[in-house]
Amino acid sequence: MSRYFKAKIISNLPLNSKNNLFTIKPLEPVIDPEPGQFYMIEPVNSYDPLLKRPFSFFRRTPEGIQFLYTIKGRGTSLMSKLEKGQVISLIGPLGNGYPKPEDGYIPLLVAGGIGIASLSPLAEALTKKTYVFYGARSKDELLILDELKELTDKLFICTDDGSMGEKGMVVDILNDFLTFHFSLLTSYVIYACGPQPMLEALSKIALEKKIKGYVSVEENMACGVGACQGCVVKVGSQKKKHSKLRTPNFELVFKRVCKEGPVFPIEEIVW
Amino acid sequence: MDLSVNIGHLKLKNPVMTASGTFGYGEEYSEFIDLNMLGAVVVKGISLKPMEGNPPPRICETPCGMLNAIGLQNVGLKKFLKEKLPYLRRFDIKVIVNILGNNTNEYIRLSKSLDDTGVDGIELNVSCPNVKKGGIMFGTDKKALARLISKVRQSVQRAVLITKLSPNVSSIQEFSKVAEDSGSDAVSLINTIQGMAIDIETRKPKLANITGGLSGPAIKPIAIRMVWEASKAVKIPIIGMGGIMNAEDAIEFMLAGATAVAVGTANFTNPRATIEIIEGIEAYIRKKGMNSPQEITKGLGAT
Repeated sequence: MSRYFKAKIISNLPLNSKNNLFTIKPLEPVIDPEPGQFYMIEPVNSYDPLLKRPFSFFRRTPEGIQFLYTIKGRGTSLMSKLEKGQVISLIGPLGNGYPKPEDGYIPLLVAGGIGIASLSPLAEALTKKTYVFYGARSKDELLILDELKELTDKLFICTDDGSMGEKGMVVDILNDFLTFHFSLLTSYVIYACGPQPMLEALSKIALEKKIKGYVSVEENMACGVGACQGCVVKVGSQKKKHSKLRTPNFELVFKRVCKEGPVFPIEEIVW
Repeated sequence: MDLSVNIGHLKLKNPVMTASGTFGYGEEYSEFIDLNMLGAVVVKGISLKPMEGNPPPRICETPCGMLNAIGLQNVGLKKFLKEKLPYLRRFDIKVIVNILGNNTNEYIRLSKSLDDTGVDGIELNVSCPNVKKGGIMFGTDKKALARLISKVRQSVQRAVLITKLSPNVSSIQEFSKVAEDSGSDAVSLINTIQGMAIDIETRKPKLANITGGLSGPAIKPIAIRMVWEASKAVKIPIIGMGGIMNAEDAIEFMLAGATAVAVGTANFTNPRATIEIIEGIEAYIRKKGMNSPQEITKGLGAT
């Protein structure tokens, strides 16, 4: 089984004006993905645009693999024009998925926008009591709500414009929840995927309240397999060398989103 | 069919190698292809001390290509010898190590250590556009380049010595000649071409480093022209590269005068690109009734 394979497009279904559900059927046996892993997908079989793009895997179905994506730039716009029956090449599953929650921890899944694509398979895989916090710009950008209601014990919805759920940012909704449930803080573990400002705000809260967690991050990617070193993020890691200083001595390094990520411990990323 | 070619005294089983910086240390691609099938693996540039590289964003896509400013992030010589080289040694494969120093002394120390451990080739990186010190300051100054190669030459006994030339010069012929006259066994060209892209919404450069190196099909015609010019100026073998995506591109480079080719950015879009190119070159040789890759090289119908 190779992680580089060809697949036939089963459907490329618009869910609203900006988001599509993309279903492919691999033409050869493939490796099963874990929640949080991703695939490099070519938006068009040409040299322009040249590179494949990373997409979180959304769902494994009996007939194939599904992705949810937002039409944002030139690549995804071309991708939205791909038709049923066309054959494309992919690389995946790649990267490290979300680690399973330890015993006794309650998972809090926090999704911003299309970040739900990465967290939905995790919600599906978790057998424990799960809370999902899901925010989007407006009502019509909230995806797969019916499925989510079934998968979770409690679903908190919010929109920037207040057209559905609470009006506000998903991080604020989470913060209110945590403030209200302060006695249980140490028994939560956060899993988050969304825009960078959201993840940054979330990290601050998690650090303040000393809650464990994981974030799935994005960067421009070329190879997806760890070779080009293009997709790094800055991380802080404690120096192993013996230090005379009492305060922890941090050294900044870069880690590859494609290889060491895309899921990182929440305290590791330097925003 | 015997597809072997010679780069100086180094015999490669076929003319296809990987371009430095696009193939990691080999490990990253071993699950996609049989590394034993490659002519050679050219590993990511190595410096004496580990380098952390440039801040992100480090890459951005451009029409038919990409800009990168990785800044030579690498594990450093010590870790390379301890962890990365032993892995590659498990394969029946020629290993060429791309090296980068801040000064002549560092190039000498690197090349001596690597030569002593028995690597098959040393590629002098004098053309990386993305680091401030070292590298390109040698690659764009003929006198400095001549001095550097002559010194390194003295410390390299076994390995084949290759100089990777910068396209960011006015005359590739002159620099190729300097490499040959100073004792380089071969030249490889081209490294990336300096470029820049701006996000008009944020009004910021798309790369944190502001400028980067352009690679991919966009630069292929420039690379072909430079290989052709260099081939008229020197007798030492040329390793041609710059936007090779398939066998047809590789053959074009060989017709322009390259003895061997290196596949770079194509690895990112197709991890099996190198193998498909080897197969395509063999098919072309058969189709044209030729007997060896050497017949393609310098088979250009131009005077």
